[in-house]
Amino acid sequence: MVLGKSTTANAILNNPEYIKTKGTINFEEEDITNMKTDEISRKGIFMSFQLPEEIPGVTVTNFLKYAKNKVTGKPVKIFEFKEELTKYMSELNINSKNMERSLNVGFSGGEKKKNEILQMLILNPKLAILDETDSGLDVDAIKTVSKGIEMFKNENNAILIITHNTKILNSLKVDYVHVLINGKIVKTGNQELAKEIEENGYAVYK
Amino acid sequence: MSKTNIDEINRNIYDIKNKDEYEFKIKKGLTPEIIEEISKQKNDPDWMKEFRLKALEVYNKLELPTWGPDLSELNMDEISTYVKPQSKLNNSWEEVPEDIKNTFDKLGIPEAEKTSLAGVGAQYDSEVVYHSMKEDLIKQGVIYTDMETAVREYPELVKEHFMKCVPIHDHKFVALHGAVWSGGSFVYVPKNVHVDIPLQSYFRLNSPESGQFEHTLIIVEEGASLHFIEGCSAPKYNKVNLHAGCVELYVKDNAYLRYSTIENWSKNMLNLNTKKAICGKNAQIDWVSGSFGSKISMLYPMSILNGEGAKTEFTGISFAGAGQNLDNGFKVVHNAPNTSSVVNAKSISKNGGKCTYRSLVKINENAKGSKSSVSCESLMLDDKSISDTIPTSDIRTDDVEFSHEAKIGKISDKTIFYLMSRGLSEEDAKAMIVRGFAYPISKELPIEYAVEMNNLINLELEGSIG
Repeated sequence: MVLGKSTTANAILNNPEYIKTKGTINFEEEDITNMKTDEISRKGIFMSFQLPEEIPGVTVTNFLKYAKNKVTGKPVKIFEFKEELTKYMSELNINSKNMERSLNVGFSGGEKKKNEILQMLILNPKLAILDETDSGLDVDAIKTVSKGIEMFKNENNAILIITHNTKILNSLKVDYVHVLINGKIVKTGNQELAKEIEENGYAVYK
Repeated sequence: MSKTNIDEINRNIYDIKNKDEYEFKIKKGLTPEIIEEISKQKNDPDWMKEFRLKALEVYNKLELPTWGPDLSELNMDEISTYVKPQSKLNNSWEEVPEDIKNTFDKLGIPEAEKTSLAGVGAQYDSEVVYHSMKEDLIKQGVIYTDMETAVREYPELVKEHFMKCVPIHDHKFVALHGAVWSGGSFVYVPKNVHVDIPLQSYFRLNSPESGQFEHTLIIVEEGASLHFIEGCSAPKYNKVNLHAGCVELYVKDNAYLRYSTIENWSKNMLNLNTKKAICGKNAQIDWVSGSFGSKISMLYPMSILNGEGAKTEFTGISFAGAGQNLDNGFKVVHNAPNTSSVVNAKSISKNGGKCTYRSLVKINENAKGSKSSVSCESLMLDDKSISDTIPTSDIRTDDVEFSHEAKIGKISDKTIFYLMSRGLSEEDAKAMIVRGFAYPISKELPIEYAVEMNNLINLELEGSIG
């Protein structure tokens, strides 16, 4: 479990608003510290945003098609894409009307988060960083998001879930739990560690 | 942090320059002798010759506008107002001379004619070189021809309407237009006839240091409907070219007209165009306008809602790059009860370009129960660019609903980061945001024009990091 807001995630994605003073970031034995964000994305790293941006005039479908093409560098096969999209949308309980709406414009908090998970599923990264995807969601929405994460998870990818609370971990089986305080990992454990924190809080690590 | 420089619009297609070959090019300047020579070259009837000379007198009396962009670089002594191309009017592309035909081919006009248009007119410099319309429309009594043919063959219709909607006293460049007008289109749609597929006229100015002054006159009779598309472009020269066209639209009771324009003049063009529509009872005029080119543009289409229940909608976008000053807008006069106007104007400025939205909404005392809603939105792509909104409203009755909304925005770094995290390069991200911003306008255009507009907005990848 990570505390330290979104700094880590943003540093990995090389958000120009964050300045890295030292250290390197390696991904699959490659130094990505100073790569541009779009290159990092094409290397297979995805981040879901706490507050996804709104893009008026660009429909969700067109955006996903365009992004998939950019990430994979290959033309998108329309039929396959549509099938995939329909499947994920029904799993995530996304209304098909939303697909023709402008990306994130007028979406509720829950719809935006589900849309981030949909993007993750479509772009199929090697590493997905989910930055407080569960914050502000009700129990049902957390369940839906968890279902999306479960669907995504396989032998060949990794997921880094950033959260302050342990609720989402009740419905997900995770391999490791890390506690990050003031920029340092102070404790690493397994799912049990999440339960401990739920009972005792973070105070003991501070 | 590296900054990205977005390139100018790719103008390759539009910049094809043919040799400045012509059958006749009038000497530069404006004198009664020059006007008489133009009139002679054009075989005008006497009434038209007199009309031109009168307009010249009015032109000489009127002052340049005291507001808006500075027009002092315009010197009429340096402009040829009439250039007759080496081609007669044809009704088959095969007969159009090769280099002229090639130009229109590259602009996609003959292709569009085959797939999505009911009729096409193509003007090259001062004269129309091609005109054609589908047979079934001819049978229904629709007339679509060049303005010269209309003057000759339909003198009564022309006399009744020509420069009555836009009188020569309106402003200096209308008077100029009246004196030297040449080419353009005439459309007549008889009562209750619906022209379901659009007609399109394309205006191409090839000759340097010259002007284009086409006249478009459209009459849509009671209960009839039409979609008319106008396209214009020119290659770039070092000296000033002038475009002072005039569009007059008569939309009679219960009729509908949609007038779409994609203007992509070169960056040495002064575009001082005048467009006006008069609407009868329950008639509707919709304007869709994309303004990309020209060095200076002053363009304010106007709807005059004279009949009860008349409606108008204006949907327009301007895109100004380095050195461009696009002063565009819309005017509406509500002259009858229960009339309505809806304006949705957008502008994009970059690299120091300037976009101004200048508008007038006038609701007269008798226009009770009328509605007007104006929304304008501008997007600036950098700190050098300028965007301005100058709305005027003159409302003389309380029984109206009126709203005006203006928004000015920039592309945020957060949005770019979001899109880049989805694999888009910085340039792709900006282009996507701009295309999305323009989408409400491009969706109103016929599909091939929407594609063209997206191409125009295509922000190039080259020369990025600085």
